[in-house]
Amino acid sequence: MRRLKAQVSHLFLPLSVLGLLIVINLIKGADYFSLTVVNGALYGNIPNILFGASELVVLSIGMALVTAASQGQDIGIGASATITSAVFVMFVLNAGEVTWLTITAGFLISCVAGLVIGAFNGILVSGFKVQPMVATLILFMGGRSIAFMIDGKLSPILANDISNQIGTVIPGVPIQTPIILTAVFIALAAVVLKTTNLRLYIESVGINPSAARLNGINPKKIIFLTFLIMGICTAVAGFIAVNKAGRHDSVNLLKFIMMDAILAVAIGGNSLSGGKFSITGSIIGAYTIEILNRTLLRLEVQTETIPAFKAVFIIILMAVASPVVREYAQKILQRVRTMGVSGTERKTGTPNDEAVTSPNTPGKEEE
Amino acid sequence: MLSENILKMEGICKAFPGVRALHNVDFALRKGEIHALMGENGAGKSTLIKVITGVYGKDAGRIALNGRPVHFKSPQEAQNSGIGTVYQEIALCPNLTVTENMFIGRGKNVFLKWKQMNAKATELLDSLGIPASPTQELTSCSLAIQQMIAIARAVDMDCKILILDEPTSSLDEDEVNKLFELMRELKARGVGIIFITHFIEQVYKISDRITVLRNGELIGEYETSLLPQIELISKMMGKALDDEAKIKKHKPLKSDSSVPVFEATALSSAAGVRPFNFTIQKGEVNGFAGLIGSGRSESARAIFAADKVTGGKVKIKGKRVKIKEPIHAMKQGIGYLPEDRKGDGIIAELSVRDNIILALQVMQGFFRPFSRSQAEDFAAEYIRRLSIKTPSTGTPIKSLSGGNQQKVILARWLLTHPLYLILDEPTRGIDVGTKVEIQKLVLGLAEEGMSLTFISSEIDEMLRTCSRLIVMKDREIVGELSGTNLTEQDVMQVIAQGGE
Amino acid sequence: MESLNAAKPRKRLSNSNLLFIIAGVIFVLMYLFAIINFPGSFMQFQTFFDLFNLNAPLIILTLGLSIVMIGGGIDISIGSVLGLVTMACAVLLQSAIGSVWGALLLALGIGIAFGILQGFLIAYLKIQPFIITLAGLFLAKGLLTTLHKDPINVTNSAFVSLRDFRITIPWLGTENRLGRFIPCEIRPGVIIVVVLVVLLAVLMKWTRFGRNVYAIGGNEQSARMLGINVKRTRFLTYVLCGLTAGIGGFVFLMTTGAGNVGNGSLFELKAIAASIIGGVLLNGGVGNLLGAPIGTLTLLIINELIRVSGVQSNFQAIVSGLLLYLFIVLQSVVMSLRDRRKFKITLPPWLKPPWLKLPWLRGKKKAENQG
Repeated sequence: MRRLKAQVSHLFLPLSVLGLLIVINLIKGADYFSLTVVNGALYGNIPNILFGASELVVLSIGMALVTAASQGQDIGIGASATITSAVFVMFVLNAGEVTWLTITAGFLISCVAGLVIGAFNGILVSGFKVQPMVATLILFMGGRSIAFMIDGKLSPILANDISNQIGTVIPGVPIQTPIILTAVFIALAAVVLKTTNLRLYIESVGINPSAARLNGINPKKIIFLTFLIMGICTAVAGFIAVNKAGRHDSVNLLKFIMMDAILAVAIGGNSLSGGKFSITGSIIGAYTIEILNRTLLRLEVQTETIPAFKAVFIIILMAVASPVVREYAQKILQRVRTMGVSGTERKTGTPNDEAVTSPNTPGKEEE
Repeated sequence: MLSENILKMEGICKAFPGVRALHNVDFALRKGEIHALMGENGAGKSTLIKVITGVYGKDAGRIALNGRPVHFKSPQEAQNSGIGTVYQEIALCPNLTVTENMFIGRGKNVFLKWKQMNAKATELLDSLGIPASPTQELTSCSLAIQQMIAIARAVDMDCKILILDEPTSSLDEDEVNKLFELMRELKARGVGIIFITHFIEQVYKISDRITVLRNGELIGEYETSLLPQIELISKMMGKALDDEAKIKKHKPLKSDSSVPVFEATALSSAAGVRPFNFTIQKGEVNGFAGLIGSGRSESARAIFAADKVTGGKVKIKGKRVKIKEPIHAMKQGIGYLPEDRKGDGIIAELSVRDNIILALQVMQGFFRPFSRSQAEDFAAEYIRRLSIKTPSTGTPIKSLSGGNQQKVILARWLLTHPLYLILDEPTRGIDVGTKVEIQKLVLGLAEEGMSLTFISSEIDEMLRTCSRLIVMKDREIVGELSGTNLTEQDVMQVIAQGGE
Repeated sequence: MESLNAAKPRKRLSNSNLLFIIAGVIFVLMYLFAIINFPGSFMQFQTFFDLFNLNAPLIILTLGLSIVMIGGGIDISIGSVLGLVTMACAVLLQSAIGSVWGALLLALGIGIAFGILQGFLIAYLKIQPFIITLAGLFLAKGLLTTLHKDPINVTNSAFVSLRDFRITIPWLGTENRLGRFIPCEIRPGVIIVVVLVVLLAVLMKWTRFGRNVYAIGGNEQSARMLGINVKRTRFLTYVLCGLTAGIGGFVFLMTTGAGNVGNGSLFELKAIAASIIGGVLLNGGVGNLLGAPIGTLTLLIINELIRVSGVQSNFQAIVSGLLLYLFIVLQSVVMSLRDRRKFKITLPPWLKPPWLKLPWLRGKKKAENQG
């Protein structure tokens, strides 16, 4: 019971934001939780949210890992997903007859493309020590052009039964397929984390890479691995997205998803500067962002303004999470505590970081 | 010639949460004297300097400048009162010119008159004999000259007291001599110089008086000419306070084979370690003795490949092996407890349990994580064995006290049951009782056949546990001592005589 | 006192000046190359002036960005801010209260506002500049599309006359097909460019603030120790950059006469490239503001050369990117040759990941520090 409580406490942030949004929506219309059955499948706000956030959940999981290990974010995920889905679409369209086998083969090939992209980013970050956000900027800028080259700029249409089923519903199954695919992916992620030391390695590297190294972990390899995993995530997300849409639109596919993913990870309680991570938190964060998007639309905020809102949101989150603000908050907390104890302000004696400090204080000298 | 004190500090105390950095320290600096301040890291040198320069405020004590009491609230105030500091890492901007480096950050004028400034710079450089041109970029000057320009800046700011923090660490012999000439020139002008250094030879070459700090306390102040080198070394090493009698003198295990457990030939690393040879037998405890800065930690790290290994051969039990990364060393059965607990040891946000199982887990492999109960069992065992004080196994290690954190790291390596364990300052920051426990533990492990290298600044501890001491000075090995009746004197003798 | 060493080291060019000279040389070479290959267009003086006329906004942006980059930072929001400014001013000018002065004030206001916001977050809250200015980019884009989605043609009479104002140079010109001599024209935007270049170059070279910017870009720690208020200096660089983005937006509107959603897109990347070509070191601390216009023009000539040489439009961006990368490598080669250091591409602070303090990479230094 105590363990469960500990696990839930670090989900405080995403759950409270989620709660707030649900309350806002309920105020707008109390039928928020209603479900209907159409053609043998469940629809309604909740299923729609789960459906809509499918790609985001997958990408948020990858983003959580990348952020945790390399202390930065991957902003090229939208473009990467566009490339992998372009590969998938071209394969399927050129494959003649479209069967479950061709779809699966196409999906696997797109995963390979995702791995290649992940390797590219991984080498830049772990090998050339470029900051993740800047390394992935390359894909952010040029990725969609590459996707254009693959799909021939013609916005090819994926109009076959199977794609349709993947994008919406498989007959006889009450839950929409993307939701199932996401659930399967989450389950896979959970299995991987349970049966390997991935979490321990990633967190160690993210918290203290030099100590991790002195324990036999190779930080470069771990960081590279997280980018490979992200590559797979983009392939899966692209697969879901393109089957949902029924056509491959290199310009608009998953256009602003990177902002949503970063927000999801941040709301999920993960530090954007790496270290410990929570997959559950990121998943909740992803659904929260989806609800946020829909709530904004419901409150009649224009589609073009939404990125501005999110940008402001990110700025506020970063400001609150910045080391300066956290230090300030701690100082205030300390002052409140000591005032309670002694009644007067006690000189804390902690060295004033604002003042000039000598450059060669490794910190241990204070001990 | 007794000149008056330009700086007098009495009874200085300074504490931080959990640690007493300075306790009742006195320090006096005369006009026109070069006064060396010595002591190891943690002795309080840098804290004392920061109190002088106004970076820290003191908790107690008096500071008087030329007889008048002062109370600096910021480094700017100290600077304005005539205290100039030159740090080890040259605090100048390499992309600016010499003139700019001398005058930037000073003065109130918005617009700059280059001609005037350059002329003033030339005047200053010439008066101090510094061979540099005012309009050249700082990067084009050698390190020694850069240092001198930093000094020139302090001089121009009319400093009466000049603090040089490890100025010679990156200089070669010629450059050191140049620096000393400059210091003598300033001395002649009446500037008081506080010279912080680890290099004993240099101290004897240039300083007039020496102040030794240890564990935040003043050990003493001496006239350089009246203090023999060996006494200085003894003052710096000091004596530990634990009860030595309880520890049985270690007898080296008679190995059945003469093949050493670990043998290194001409091992060198990127951390500036000169190629050295090193062997250790099964069940042997040896140690690297020497003052701070002598290269002990670097040598240990080279063995574990913690620093990039640049040359040499390594054999484990007679077989040639390749150790290029810590994981190779670990797989060969070597363990390493790092000196820098915070930076290299603990993974702060992870739990005590995760920190304990980490090394063993990595050796197990990526695909074989311990089950929760296995990990708990391991952690519980070592928490008990080493009496680690922690609220639970799941507590983040950063909440533990320094000493307990150290025990966790020790537990981590003991759990791997290594062939050969290197302990770099394992007792630092640990209470006296536990220090004794650890030393007993080391002997116990040796008796069971583990080889250990024990590095400590407390020579006593090493004498009690090690059967062989490798003595280091100024980053090279200067001697080796073995035998059952080693004393501190023996070690200090080797240090004092070594390198000449 | 005897001189320590009779021989003084030979004075050599500062890094900033050297890179600037290289930029200038490359510019001349490129221009000559262009003249040789396309004499028809490039030989005319008007072409040269047109480079300034039509690209004044970009040059202005590069000026501000160079200041930020010399200080060791980066601002990728400037293109979007420029776009926002054009649309905002267009809206204002077309409204009942529209006036040229009002539009100018608005432009400056928006620019400064972004500069203050971003500068505060970066300098005082110490948040990474990349993510803040990326958010700023999205914010500006969002505000732009919210403000007005469709293009606005500015018909405000005062503004139109400003837009159409030309300074003619009677003694320079070309003959058109009918044999009539058409003198060269300069648009008002160029005047603003010249004024800004002079002002800002003086600022960087002859004021305390300017040298402080170089200092914090060279070694932030040292700058702090030397008594420079690093936070304030950095903050002001971003404010200046925002200001130039505002001015650039106004000039852009003056040049094209219409507010458009796509205005200024990708300008930040061009400005970064232009700064680097103009001799600003990616690392910070090195650079000559006079190099900004030169870098911009060189970039434009290179892009133009790529375009007319028939490279497919898709690949143009890739080729430009490759050339830029080559330039950065060239810079690093030059710098390391100068200092006889081993060749390495040094990364600016905004590029380096926060975990890059791994001690084993700095072997010797750590040994000294540990003492």
